[in-house]
Amino acid sequence: MEVDWIKVVSIASAAFAVAFGAIGPALAEGRAVAGAMDALARQPEASSTISRTLLVGLAMIETTAIYCLVIALLLLFANPFIAK
Amino acid sequence: MKSPLESAVIFSLGPVHFTQPVVATWVLITALVALSALVTRRLRVESPGRAQVLLESFLQLLQSQIRDTMRCEPAPFLPLITTLFLFVLGANLSSLIPGNEPPTAAIETDAALALIVFVSVIVYGIRARGVAGYLRGFATPSWVMIPLNLIEQVTRSFALMVRLFGNVMSGAFVIAVVLSLAGLFLPIPFMALDVLTGIVQAYIFTVLAMVFIGTAVHEEGA
Repeated sequence: MEVDWIKVVSIASAAFAVAFGAIGPALAEGRAVAGAMDALARQPEASSTISRTLLVGLAMIETTAIYCLVIALLLLFANPFIAK
Repeated sequence: MKSPLESAVIFSLGPVHFTQPVVATWVLITALVALSALVTRRLRVESPGRAQVLLESFLQLLQSQIRDTMRCEPAPFLPLITTLFLFVLGANLSSLIPGNEPPTAAIETDAALALIVFVSVIVYGIRARGVAGYLRGFATPSWVMIPLNLIEQVTRSFALMVRLFGNVMSGAFVIAVVLSLAGLFLPIPFMALDVLTGIVQAYIFTVLAMVFIGTAVHEEGA
């Protein structure tokens, strides 16, 4: 049986991209939320500003994970090296 | 499994194919326009109706958000920002309608929205500071930053598009995967999470549009 190595490598790298691409943003978002909690405990009256900045910052951090997801989807569904 | 990067054609008129997101978008636009016309038909100063009070408090909330985020008067930006928020919110929440896929789960819709923000940043920037003033903003703090600032204009719009697409599409995708693996009722918690993500993403898209336009409008730093 002929093994199509391009497909094998594509699926493996899609899984790798999502798995390792999620680690960095997860750690970063954890630190960001911890920092925001700290700031909220110190200054509860600034909660609206802190939560808005936190949400925007989280969205920015999350974008790196989303990029990894898009790369994985491209590998799986729109791979340029697999002939349709 | 169906690829999330391509969308199903519903019907065709001659050579033009109408895909599912296009139809859903037009239905949503019609619903939003009809709802706005219905609510604003009878506006009164004395003894306002329930819908008018709800609308006014919503608009005041958005006005205060714009004032906080952009640090300027909200009036010129309110129509664009409100429409963006309502459209993205309605599109994200339309995933709750059975058999409907949210239009924002197709990358073309998000590309169009990001393009609207990209163009309006330039338009509002030029309107507030003039062509020369807006272009000078790219050279702050020094001319070394010009290529970086130019690249930033493109990449942040691209990130805006990919962020909305990735979040909404992954939500719909996860529900489809869980539904194909397990039974009928197991996707319900994921759908609840999807509602939360949809609201948060609509908020984030709007706030980021405000931030981008705000930096273009203000004198200091582009």
